Amino acid sequence: MNRFLQTRAGTWTGFAAAALVLFGLAPLLLSGFRLGLLAQFLCYAVVAVGIGLAWGRGGMLTLGQGVFFGMGAYLMAMHLKTADAEFRGGPGAVPDFMELAGIRELPAYWAPFSSPAFTIAAILVLPTAFAVLLGLAVFKRRVKGAYFAILSQALAGAFAILLIGQQSLGGFNGLSRFRYFFGFTLADPVNQRMLYFIAAGVLLSVVAVALQLRRSRYGELLVAVRDAEERVRFLGYDAANVKVVAYAVAALFASVAGAVFVPIVGIISPASIGIVPSIMFILGVAIGGRASLVGPVVGALAVAWAQTALSEQFPSAWTYAQGLLFVLVIALLPGGIASIASVARRFPTKRTQVEAAA
Amino acid sequence: MNIALSCKDIVVEFDGFRAVDGVDLELARGEVHFLIGPNGAGKTTLVDAVTGLAKYTGSVVKDGEELRGRKVHHIARKGIGRTFQTATVFEALTVAQNLDIAAGAGRSPWTLLRRRRHLPPHVRATMERIGLGDRADTPAGALAHGQKQWLEIGMLLVGDADVLLLDEPIAGMGHDERETTGRLLHDIAADRAVAVVEHDMDFMRAFASRVTVLHAGAVLASGSVDEVSGDPRVQEVYLGTAKEPADAATA
Amino acid sequence: MDLLVGQLLTGLSTGSILLLAALGLSLTFGQMGVVNMAHGEFIMAGCYTAYVVQQVVGDAGVSLLIALPIGFLVGGAMGLVLEALLLRRLYHRPLDTLLVTFGVGLVLQQAARDVFGAPAVNVSVPEALRGGVDLLGTTVPRTRLFIMALAVLAVTAVALVLRFTPAGRRIRAVTGNRDLAETAGISSRRVDAATFFIGSGLAGVAGVALTLIGSTSPTTGQSYLVDAFLVVVAGGLGRIKGAVVAAVALGALQAVFETYSTASLAKVGVFVVIVVFLQLRPQGLFTLRTRSLA
Repeated sequence: MNRFLQTRAGTWTGFAAAALVLFGLAPLLLSGFRLGLLAQFLCYAVVAVGIGLAWGRGGMLTLGQGVFFGMGAYLMAMHLKTADAEFRGGPGAVPDFMELAGIRELPAYWAPFSSPAFTIAAILVLPTAFAVLLGLAVFKRRVKGAYFAILSQALAGAFAILLIGQQSLGGFNGLSRFRYFFGFTLADPVNQRMLYFIAAGVLLSVVAVALQLRRSRYGELLVAVRDAEERVRFLGYDAANVKVVAYAVAALFASVAGAVFVPIVGIISPASIGIVPSIMFILGVAIGGRASLVGPVVGALAVAWAQTALSEQFPSAWTYAQGLLFVLVIALLPGGIASIASVARRFPTKRTQVEAAA
Repeated sequence: MNIALSCKDIVVEFDGFRAVDGVDLELARGEVHFLIGPNGAGKTTLVDAVTGLAKYTGSVVKDGEELRGRKVHHIARKGIGRTFQTATVFEALTVAQNLDIAAGAGRSPWTLLRRRRHLPPHVRATMERIGLGDRADTPAGALAHGQKQWLEIGMLLVGDADVLLLDEPIAGMGHDERETTGRLLHDIAADRAVAVVEHDMDFMRAFASRVTVLHAGAVLASGSVDEVSGDPRVQEVYLGTAKEPADAATA
Repeated sequence: MDLLVGQLLTGLSTGSILLLAALGLSLTFGQMGVVNMAHGEFIMAGCYTAYVVQQVVGDAGVSLLIALPIGFLVGGAMGLVLEALLLRRLYHRPLDTLLVTFGVGLVLQQAARDVFGAPAVNVSVPEALRGGVDLLGTTVPRTRLFIMALAVLAVTAVALVLRFTPAGRRIRAVTGNRDLAETAGISSRRVDAATFFIGSGLAGVAGVALTLIGSTSPTTGQSYLVDAFLVVVAGGLGRIKGAVVAAVALGALQAVFETYSTASLAKVGVFVVIVVFLQLRPQGLFTLRTRSLA
């Protein structure tokens, strides 16, 4: 099965099957409400694919993906708010939450976001460029491992606190109550379905990009850097650049996910991008299998689904379950679900070896 | 003599301790040059300095170009390759992948982002040369100890290194493997400079074209095997710490 | 001048809180490379220890004095259990210990929520520590002075233990070179357990002290943890001296940033300063054994 999927025909078959499920079966079987939830989960899965690349293949445990997710989300939210305000009050109108906060003039840095093209460009470029700069600063100085993880986590904390302090970005409450998405009414179920298709399309494209990166020579190099960074350096590569690429791609994925997330869910606030939500992105990746391609997607979907199904009814039990999942999966099954097959295959051989030795 | 690399007055200092203390060294193409000396003589530190890992004063010139102050990967691209005491290969990748990565430091981003269609011919040839021709798809982690060391040497060869600094390339090898390695070293030294850090005196006697003895961070003697083994100061160092090379050889 | 003194004292005070939270981390991270995300929850356990002791004893002064050693034991015991059950198996996977201990922290937080409730609880401050003291022209709350004194005491005690007791010498030996220490006959397993006991015990003490300046909730520890880790990162691996300097410096920095901007910008400022600092001094922050790269 696995071997088949690695061939060209297998790859196309896999994508066709995924497309059939996402574009055919799911919209047919799920109600509008559930389809909306799935769309939200797909956004988390997009983040997870990026983490799988940076952490699973590149060894960079990034605990701050909420920063990039949040950047994409806030950039998109700023466009939606200015568009709404212009629809009500003409060009230069102030969004509703600013009126409530007593801000009469549209801040200068908001103005360009009335342009959809500018917004989309910003979503693609800003977080990626930020990741490149930060990555260069950190990786060139060979800050890695736990130090990098702690720094990325501190970044998430600082970013959330920074946003809470910005009244012109909605402060603690964040940005919410969007009416239009590039001219389409968000309240219309047809448009909500369109958003789901966008999320599904984004996920498939992101998986395709990740697949190409994994199978390319770059993908092999990334694994080499993960396992023996200094050896790579002594072969004449600048290992920092190799890491920066994976880190920036993961940031780009997270940013796009955040941008799609906002019109689907209708709110973005510092509470959903700080330290704890950032590390929660990791859980799904770990469960699914950090180094595999599809594992992070499956893990992220499963965790998000369980969260929705359980957290309201059994808040206490769900938190225990999350904690225990972290402990058990990481300690006992570091390869995640994706490794179950190979672990199971290894067990009998181990036993036969022991028997042979005895 | 075709000098590939010349080091002048290399000094490496750690917190006031001079691990390498004014070493001059020339490596010539066509020679297998052994660096020997007791533990702590500064052999590995000297290699660290040349390859850009340890800071030093003095000068390292390869083919007319000063290398001091350059970054590790720049020095590697100038054709200086090294191995490590514990063979360091990419265990999760196959032999072919290991060699292909080593051959590709100059590849363009565009090439890197695409799949490898065929193994480059010189990579395949090197794989045969280091005796791993039939192990192309074996994960490097599954290789035997000695094979990993050959693979690491092969990685330097495909990377077009013409100065090879090998840190204990036969550590942990059996007799036949040592012989093979020794012949391989002479084979590749035909048009390259090869320096070998070694403890094993028998191996040194069998395969050295030239020997430099380091002691307490300085060059004690340099010359052919016979010249060096006849040198009274070398005998003193080795008799004074007679157990050490023997220990190291068995370790 | 007064402003400067005031800032300096605020910095010292913030720094001593950071230091109390980071001291134990510096031990465990420095020696074992274990990133213990549950350290914050050990601090939280110290806070609740102070709360429970006060419920039992009543008198604020007496209960504080009792709670400090008990807090040490509670934190230490939790650390021992964590080390023995989980971390011992994961020493060669430092990044994974980070995630595992985060999971443990989640469980401990929820346990605290189930036992003590989600709303914050308060511990009353002893009479002797209420009010402030005039110092160099500014008024410093007595509780802050107490915490500074406690931080100094804790650092001194750790330094003395490391220097003069046999256990401390073993800890230093293992920190310096684990393999060499083992060949010298030191059981690194027992030393690891001892280090974890002391490091986690210090978290408990920090927790007890923190109840003097703030209320306690299940997420109390988490809020200190990231800053504490930054102290360890900036201070360098396993260096008590480094942790002290970094804690005071970060405390002062935060105080200065907060004076001239907002608290939210101060966090960002501190982060930027640390990234810049790492450009200049990454030396203490990575170790490389050249003989093998494995």
